[in-house]
Amino acid sequence: MEDYSSIKLKVGLEIHRQLDTKRKLFCDCPTEEVEGGETITFVRKLREVQSELGTVDAAAIFESKKQRTIVYHANLKNVCLVEMDEEPPHNLNPEALEVALMVALLLDSKPVDEVHVMRKIVIDGSNTTGFQRTCIIGIGGEIKIKNKTIPIQMITLEEDAARIIEVRKDEVHYDLSRLGIPLIEISTEPVIESPEEAMEVAYAIGRMLRATGKVKRGIGTVRQDLNISIKDGAPIEIKGVQELELIQKVVENEVKRQLHLLRIKEELLKRGVKKEDVWSAKPVDVTHIFSKTSSRIIKRQLEAGGVVYAIVLKGFAGLLGLQPSPGIRLGAEIAGRVKAWSDVEGIFHTDELPNYGITSEEVKALKDATGAGEYDAVVIVAAERDKALDAVEVIKERAAEALDGVPEETRAARPDGTTVYMRPRPGSARMYPETDIPPIVISQELIERLRARLPKTLDVVAQQLVEKYGLSKQLANDLIDSEVVEDFEEIVSKTGVSPTVVASTLTEVLRSLRREGINVEKITKAHIMRFFELVSCNKVAKEAVRDVLAAVAQKGQNVDQIIDELGLWSPPISEVEDRIKMLVEEHKQEIFADEKKAVAKLMGKLMKDYRGRVDGALINSMLIKAIRALKSESDKF
Amino acid sequence: MNTLELQGYSGRVRELLERENINIGDEVEVISNGRRYRGILMARYELADPNYITLKLPNGYNIGIRVTENTVVSKISAGVRPTFVRPPKPQTLSGLPNVIIISTGGTIASRVEYRTGAVRPALDAEDLLAIVPELAEIAKIDTEVLYNVWSENIQVQHWIGMAEAIDRSIRKGVDGVVLTHGTDTMGYTAAALSFALQKPPIPIVLVGAQRSSDRPSSDAATNLIAAVATAAKAPFGEVVVAMHKWHSDDVIALHKGTRVVKLHTSSRDAFRSVNSRPIAYYQHGELKVVANDLNPRGSNEYVFKPKFDGRAFLIKFFPSMKPDILNILADMGIKGFIIEGTGLGHVSSDWVPIIRGLTERGIFVGMTSQCKFGRVNMNVYDSGRDLLKAGVVPLDDMLSEVALVKLMWTLGNLGDGAGLEEIKKLMLKNIAGEIYSRSLPNTDSW
Repeated sequence: MEDYSSIKLKVGLEIHRQLDTKRKLFCDCPTEEVEGGETITFVRKLREVQSELGTVDAAAIFESKKQRTIVYHANLKNVCLVEMDEEPPHNLNPEALEVALMVALLLDSKPVDEVHVMRKIVIDGSNTTGFQRTCIIGIGGEIKIKNKTIPIQMITLEEDAARIIEVRKDEVHYDLSRLGIPLIEISTEPVIESPEEAMEVAYAIGRMLRATGKVKRGIGTVRQDLNISIKDGAPIEIKGVQELELIQKVVENEVKRQLHLLRIKEELLKRGVKKEDVWSAKPVDVTHIFSKTSSRIIKRQLEAGGVVYAIVLKGFAGLLGLQPSPGIRLGAEIAGRVKAWSDVEGIFHTDELPNYGITSEEVKALKDATGAGEYDAVVIVAAERDKALDAVEVIKERAAEALDGVPEETRAARPDGTTVYMRPRPGSARMYPETDIPPIVISQELIERLRARLPKTLDVVAQQLVEKYGLSKQLANDLIDSEVVEDFEEIVSKTGVSPTVVASTLTEVLRSLRREGINVEKITKAHIMRFFELVSCNKVAKEAVRDVLAAVAQKGQNVDQIIDELGLWSPPISEVEDRIKMLVEEHKQEIFADEKKAVAKLMGKLMKDYRGRVDGALINSMLIKAIRALKSESDKF
Repeated sequence: MNTLELQGYSGRVRELLERENINIGDEVEVISNGRRYRGILMARYELADPNYITLKLPNGYNIGIRVTENTVVSKISAGVRPTFVRPPKPQTLSGLPNVIIISTGGTIASRVEYRTGAVRPALDAEDLLAIVPELAEIAKIDTEVLYNVWSENIQVQHWIGMAEAIDRSIRKGVDGVVLTHGTDTMGYTAAALSFALQKPPIPIVLVGAQRSSDRPSSDAATNLIAAVATAAKAPFGEVVVAMHKWHSDDVIALHKGTRVVKLHTSSRDAFRSVNSRPIAYYQHGELKVVANDLNPRGSNEYVFKPKFDGRAFLIKFFPSMKPDILNILADMGIKGFIIEGTGLGHVSSDWVPIIRGLTERGIFVGMTSQCKFGRVNMNVYDSGRDLLKAGVVPLDDMLSEVALVKLMWTLGNLGDGAGLEEIKKLMLKNIAGEIYSRSLPNTDSW
């Protein structure tokens, strides 16, 4: 475990969440997924442009260098000419603006006086326009976690991007349905000091957003980006962390990565390696060495007319393959950079060889051909000639940066919590004003109107649940996190069943059924309502809830049919009374001898008869009552 | 202090900025409502609320800050005013055809401008060449900035100027001409040039864009590449319009200049050939010619007739429209009318006497149809026959806009002394493919 304070870990979060508005941010298309519908595809090219300041953004040049054809898939039920970039944007959706302003007020952020919609250049194809429309809604603010207050940098409202479907060699496919859904982004100051704290802050912001009741839920509706830096490291932007739980792991891994790169820098300096050594290295054509190779990757490239180039990294021996933690090594950094810039797969270095079908003879020949010494590493690239030479330049660039330690870059999160190079960090040069939308004045009247109807925070909601229904704090929060507070209140008020029983059914019971692989999506509020109605008039025991709901989900029948089928109807109370009376009479002696023991025995018998059909507590109280009656009767004698 | 520099600022906000000696592009600090902002002062849209200033924050975002009595604005450092920096011009290759790009303005040449907050023409042909370096691989490019106007401001004189500029280039021996133009009236200009430059020895390609060149998704580059390739290599000598065939960036359609109209306000595929199909398509770097009976490149039948008389008028008939307006217009000096009638070429019967009066005064009245597609035929119904008797000239399958331009050209070339018969004869003579005698079914579905 790292001592995060001594390395001065600083994390900033950017939380993106889709808003659940009726229409998209700049057109009248619905924000819901729509099944079916006529789908058309069309192709586009994007190219980089200058910003209004006359400079071109590094990230934009990176994408334009790749020059892929972009294929868009448009479902005409939720895509119109606006998403296709064939019609100017309509006005900014006022509903989305109000939600964003509300979030600003909830976070104590200052709404801007006048909103200016900007074009953030993104030319990977995820936006048909080549830019994402975005605007600042609020500046500053804060969110509280435990004993700490995290300052908010700003709150922006933007259009969600198209969803990538497929990447082929020269083509990338996007589905346009998601493009234009309003997205709120909340960015914190980089003051978070540990991986756990990063997760807590994300959780707190998520709860605050859900309090508005206007955010979307489910897969793909939340995305978290992280800015992570440590002492002597560099600010690294990590994009696309989908699950809250992954945040902690991503931060931990990034710290490990930066520390590793710093250690490598130190080692390189100790070895006396200089940047000039890296830059002056010349690529050597070593294709002949691999003419009979059994490496499948290299073979495939050579068969396609490709070549193998080698480049010597003086003094790098051993450092490319050094791996303090899975996935973290300089070799992977270089390969990631090469893959992103020149789309080359066949890249190997001597730290990992012989391996992958490359023999020790080939490695020796490689070292001889390049004149690499004992302390040098050799990287080879197999690809078509131009690409291979491109890749060599990228390798040199990244290797030279190793002498600086951690290069500033944008990385993408992978599901296992590691990250991979994505592109250079975009600068402010990528911002243009959106000239199709005039600035929008935010009036004081609007702010006051929104302030008057701010939603309760979820902490307040939880406290109210505890006070009104006598729930435990944990169960109240569980209801909130499962987003079933309204269902809960309705069922309790209509059936009068114990609030704790209803609450745990809506949370724990459904969760455990889901864990067992039961499709709980089939269980509706009406099913649960009917079940508790039957409980409230003693027709069925509350203990039957799991079995009944499981069967409802699996068989698709209604609650009454299921109870029939499982034989779970409660017997008439008089029948139970008679049975208890009989048992008590039969076990008279035992009761008088040791009442406690006898009660346990009789309860066991009764539960065997009535489990799931009659409430155990009810049986128990009836048994005690019958014993009291027996005893008082015998006292008379 | 150069007050012209504070674009878009007026009133007390402007006074405040002037007092502090602050200009566009300066780094400033603003203290307003208890908050401190630092950023670059940006120009403002003139039509926006005058009580705000626009600031570009260090993260690139612009915001508007309300200026009240308590607002303090101070200058931190003088800045550089944003300007467009032209990328280096690509190297020219030898052995390529010579193409001249003549720019006249429009979206294809436009980028952000702050006077109105909208896009304005600001890029010339030279800039376009720098932005689309691929052009240098297709042809040896020359550029000429002729105008810088939005196409709605194009006048008859501009047509004449364009025709003369193109004629000069033809005489200089270029292999093709590309004319960049705003799309709104590009169809009219294409018709005008078709009549002014008949059977030219080289392709004359009009090109525009529906998305401005300062956007990554601009259609300018793909349209321009197709236009230059057509100008350089096409086997025909025709006036054509090069624009997207559909929403995709892959196929560019080449429409005949007398057959093309803008049929969509914003889509890339706004231009359509009416009563005909595009004459060629440009795709994957190849030009595929689909029409025959085209004027071949290098033909020696070139005729240059760049005269236009703007005193013609296009009238769209609608139910309950009164015809008196025709007399008023004639009294104002209009010398010829194109009536866009209903269906096969009809107007309300109360128009007949007025029209007869006009033709008796020697004023030309031609008929086209507001159906857009199809041919007028005034023999089918009585109302048509009455109009014919009143002297209306049915203009076959000519497009209304094209008929109007042709009438301006006819009036210009025949001069003031021309008789009605003479005008009629020229109007009905097919000059540049504006009249087809055969009508074909619509197979180019959209």
